[in-house]
Amino acid sequence: MNEKLLEVRDLKTHFFTPDGVVKAVDGVSFILNKKEVLGIVGETGSGKSVTALSILNLIPQPFGRIVGGRIMFDGVDIAGLGQKQIQKYRGNRISMVFQDPAASLNPVYTVGNQIMESIMIHQKIDKRSARKKAMRLLDMVGIPEPQRRLNSYPHQFSGGMRQRVMIAMALANSPSILIADEPTTALDVTIQAQILELMVDVMNKTGSSIILITHDLGVVAKYADKVMVMYGGKPVEFSDIDKIFYEPLHPYTNGLMGSIARLDSKKKDRLTTIDGSPPSLIDLPPGCIFYPRCKYRMEGCARSYPRFKEVKPGHHVACHRHAEFLKEEADG
Amino acid sequence: MLYYILRRILQMVPVIIGVTLILFMLIYMIPEDPASLILQKGATEQALANLRAKMGIDRPLHIQYLRYMGNLVRGDLGTSYRYRRPVSSILADYYPNSIRLALAAIIIEIFVGIITGIIAAVKRYSFWDTLVTVSTTLAVCVPVFWLGMIFQNIFGLRLGWLPISGMGDGSLRYYIMPAFTLASVSLAYVARITRSSMLETMSNDYITTAFAKGLSPGMVIGKHALKNAMIPVVTLVGLNLGTLMGGAVLTETVFNWPGVGRAIYHAILERDTPVVIGGTLVLVMIFLILNLIIDIVYAYLDPRIRFDRRESRV
Ligand SMILES: Nc1ncnc2c1ncn2[C@@H]1O[C@H](COP(=O)(O)OP(=O)(O)O)[C@@H](O)[C@H]1O
Ligand code: SF4
Ligand SMILES: [Mg+2]
Repeated sequence: MNEKLLEVRDLKTHFFTPDGVVKAVDGVSFILNKKEVLGIVGETGSGKSVTALSILNLIPQPFGRIVGGRIMFDGVDIAGLGQKQIQKYRGNRISMVFQDPAASLNPVYTVGNQIMESIMIHQKIDKRSARKKAMRLLDMVGIPEPQRRLNSYPHQFSGGMRQRVMIAMALANSPSILIADEPTTALDVTIQAQILELMVDVMNKTGSSIILITHDLGVVAKYADKVMVMYGGKPVEFSDIDKIFYEPLHPYTNGLMGSIARLDSKKKDRLTTIDGSPPSLIDLPPGCIFYPRCKYRMEGCARSYPRFKEVKPGHHVACHRHAEFLKEEADG
Repeated sequence: MLYYILRRILQMVPVIIGVTLILFMLIYMIPEDPASLILQKGATEQALANLRAKMGIDRPLHIQYLRYMGNLVRGDLGTSYRYRRPVSSILADYYPNSIRLALAAIIIEIFVGIITGIIAAVKRYSFWDTLVTVSTTLAVCVPVFWLGMIFQNIFGLRLGWLPISGMGDGSLRYYIMPAFTLASVSLAYVARITRSSMLETMSNDYITTAFAKGLSPGMVIGKHALKNAMIPVVTLVGLNLGTLMGGAVLTETVFNWPGVGRAIYHAILERDTPVVIGGTLVLVMIFLILNLIIDIVYAYLDPRIRFDRRESRV
């Protein structure tokens, strides 16, 4: 049973910089169901973070702005909400965990203070109960001696522990969606798995959904139910995890999967194994953005941008030649 | 913390030794005979020699210095050549006025400086931001005494809003102009560093975290940005204390403020060495103590340094 929780439709977030308009997110669409883990993958600069930030309207100022699309959550288009209204969703119904836990916690307040703050802005409870709750949260994310650690400052924790604190903070109000933007990229390889397990575990228990942004395909394969592949600020493919891995329809996804197959399992895949480099997001040419690097390109690809559309039930792709790739698959 | 404060107080000793040593050498280089300042013109050579012997200024420099330091340890700052009174009693008349003026200036520097800096940062590129940039540039460029005289001219002479000089009955009106004058340069620096520190702080990831929690912009700025942004500001306020002490001499002279600064100025003109040295020492002491207070505030603001041992800043 798939109950729709969040639907992003044709989201466009642009940066109006002095150098020109950066189309950081341009036409992203996806659906997140209840209890699902959605992976978003793509090279650095492909618009993953901006997509995540757009959901809660946290786009970097002064240049960034949502210029189009809808973000339907619980029957409300939260992209159109004012500051006061969106505040009620942030950290409450939808929470975020960021890439660099060392920089994401305020160095001059204790972690107890910062977790309690999250609780107290959304729940009407007194300081003592908030403190108790903060302690339970720290305990839940596996921080030893939580009572004592409430009084510690962020710099007194290790990187992995700080990310646990961030997770505790994000879970403070039992959100429906946890958005984790490369939550383990800045961490030691040995603790990456622990942090991911922790997140998925907790969210499973509470029946919440996760948007997991990463450029580690191994992570996606292991935890995600669905995947959206992004390239140059645009979605190129969105589908179930199995289809993405075994029946990719977009040449870019195909390249990614090829690169994964070639690697021995020990190596971390950084998605840089396709020749060429991602496009600049200013002044994009009219055609397919993957054209310069695509092995399958045809003349027509450079003329118009292929629409991102559903070509099979639950399988979206943006490529002029998707029909041929579909047929090949059918033929085996 | 107590240990830290004690250590800092002990560290003041070498600073005081250094300051007196430098003052002594500077004054020794002035080829003026204090004895002839004290006695009337036409005093006999014998009388002058007797007086010099009595004052001990016929002895070599290092002996004079050691004697001065010996007295200093006992709290004796010597006797004024001019007034024939103990320097400590002269300074006791003046230094409370100086401290009050300095505190008024520091309060203005901190509050006005920080508030204008925050406004400039939050309303970046607005009219207010430009106004702050222009006025702080002027405040830094213009000499303190000149600014003081402009104030006197406009607010005292022409508009008649404020008393032109002196301390009068010591009411607040008398403080406004000299305190603003004394604070001007430091205030400008504080406003500017607050602005840039605030802007830099606002670009930190933890600010995004604070917004992502659902805090209002006011709370993000007031709680999460402000405390971090204040760290360099407090450092600057500490560094500015020196400027403030130097400015005190000029400001007190321009506004005829009965403080240590003015006393030092007059003492220099009258070659009243003991008052110059004693007064400067008092200013240095005030500077050191304020600095210590700044460092304690600093440790409060930034927990990361509370736990490490920090090198002292003098
Ligand atoms: N504050 C900003 N101002 C201007 N451009 C930005 C800003 N933040 C991100 N961008 C642009 O948006 C694009 C996507 O960035 P991002 O979403 O961070 O990529 P990813 O998370 O996939 O690595 C990048 O090309 C970047 O240049
Ligand atoms: S549209 Fe053409 S260039 Fe673009 S991915 Fe498909 S085949 Fe390649
Ligand atoms: Mg990113």
